[in-house]
Amino acid sequence: MIETEQLTRRYGNLTAVDALTIRAEPGQVLGLLGPNGAGKTTAMRMIAGFLEPSSGTARVCGHDVRKEPLQAKRALGYLPEGAPSYGELTVREFLTFIIRIRGLRHDAGYRRFEEVVARLQLESVLDQCIDTLSKGLRRRVGLAQAILHNPPVLMLDEPTDGLDPNQKHTVRQLIDAMARERTILISTHLLEEVHALCNRVVIIANGRLLADATPAELEARSRYHGAVSFSAPGSGVSQEMLGRLPQVASIEVDPLDGRITVFPRAGERILEPVETLLRQQGLEVSEIQLERGRLDEVFRNITTSAEGRA
Amino acid sequence: MSPVAAVVRRELRSYFVTPVAYVFLVIFLVLAGILTFYAGDFYQRGQADLQPFFVMHPWLYLVLVPAVSMRMWAEEAKGGTLELLLSLPLTLAQAMLGKFFAAWLFIGLALLLTFPIWITVNYLGSPDNGVILASYVGSWLMAGAFLAIGACLSAVTQSQVVAFVLTVVVCFLLILVGQPQVLEFFQGALPRRLVNAVAHLSMLRHFEAISRGVLDLRDLVYFLLSMASWLTAGVLVLDLKRTP
Repeated sequence: MIETEQLTRRYGNLTAVDALTIRAEPGQVLGLLGPNGAGKTTAMRMIAGFLEPSSGTARVCGHDVRKEPLQAKRALGYLPEGAPSYGELTVREFLTFIIRIRGLRHDAGYRRFEEVVARLQLESVLDQCIDTLSKGLRRRVGLAQAILHNPPVLMLDEPTDGLDPNQKHTVRQLIDAMARERTILISTHLLEEVHALCNRVVIIANGRLLADATPAELEARSRYHGAVSFSAPGSGVSQEMLGRLPQVASIEVDPLDGRITVFPRAGERILEPVETLLRQQGLEVSEIQLERGRLDEVFRNITTSAEGRA
Repeated sequence: MSPVAAVVRRELRSYFVTPVAYVFLVIFLVLAGILTFYAGDFYQRGQADLQPFFVMHPWLYLVLVPAVSMRMWAEEAKGGTLELLLSLPLTLAQAMLGKFFAAWLFIGLALLLTFPIWITVNYLGSPDNGVILASYVGSWLMAGAFLAIGACLSAVTQSQVVAFVLTVVVCFLLILVGQPQVLEFFQGALPRRLVNAVAHLSMLRHFEAISRGVLDLRDLVYFLLSMASWLTAGVLVLDLKRTP
């Protein structure tokens, strides 16, 4: 479990993290979301014990990072931003160093090493210098380092940043597989990641907490939540007809591909009425979709309105 | 394994997989040889001792020790591995000690590799090997004090060049402070007791005392205390950097 309590860090006049209180439970993948410079990394660095908070505190599995830093660090696996590691060492040497410094016993450490290497598919590069590895592999070495001691809490700072789509997919699968029984906190500014990984999201900007909700709840805040969109190429769909449906609030047409989006009035469900209408009119519809809501729009609304206030 | 030992092993590993170790060892041994035989008139003196060898050590260390110590923290801060290291379960003091011991052992190895010169002098005559042993110990202690200064100043900055220059300057001052010219300068301005105190800060003075073959407790304490204080200062610097 990770808890922060009024966690604050100031640099001179700038408040990088401002009284942040969040909580991540076992079994949860909590996404820390925010624009660049929102304070995600600073918050994580304080939880990891790399930076000292100006005020407030954080607890990892009940261990206060200010009062019991070593216990907190033992319970935590941490992948810092950019997955730093000692590039002149080989993967094997680097991971051995982590095993030693974490005080794992020889046989237990060795078993864990084998497990982790197999899980992250690092067998083929074990004796290569980390400096010579690709970005994706280096990220995997960083992940291996973070999970070697089988920590109950895992904290990953932008684990997929700068990776290609295939590498992103691999890393996400790994995180997904580790999610059970663990508490995982990941920071990201990629919204696709929220869908792929998180079951709870915290949005911060300018160091302040702006939203704490499930991805579905966030989507429900979107203008697009419950809207119906479809493409009807080559047919003049009568917007007027659609507009006359009592449940419909407004209609938009994408100027580029002609896709039509129909927005419902508050609390109304419009998929069926729209479908019925289209069928009655005998219109060819190539594909019709009920929108869940658009996270990017919600994210933009939440974070930009906060900037306006600041 | 204790975290200190883990850091020592990692550091030593890093020395030897990069050219740092080999470049240092070669230059140290070549310079030590040249200075002893040419500048130190090893043969012309006609005495079977290693005095011309050891007298050059402070000056050798002045350039070479900062070259070893400069990367200690500056490189970690620059490369981002400092964040990784400090999120591992070890204290700042343990990390500092691990790095320091690794560097000190490494310089110890460089010193051991000068053994041919010891063999040479034993082949040519019959020197007092007790004095030679004491000199080696003194030299290693002095190297440790220089390293501790370098470790502290490397924590101050992200730039290895800055760390190098700062360390050279501080070490140079600590060598010079006991020289008669410097003391004369102070004599007018300071009371005699204070001048004496300043003279006692001199590395050279304590090293020379040990090289005469007398392992005086005061000289040992001087070096051990120097190391402890500079390393503690280094830990404080690191801690200060993480507090707001």
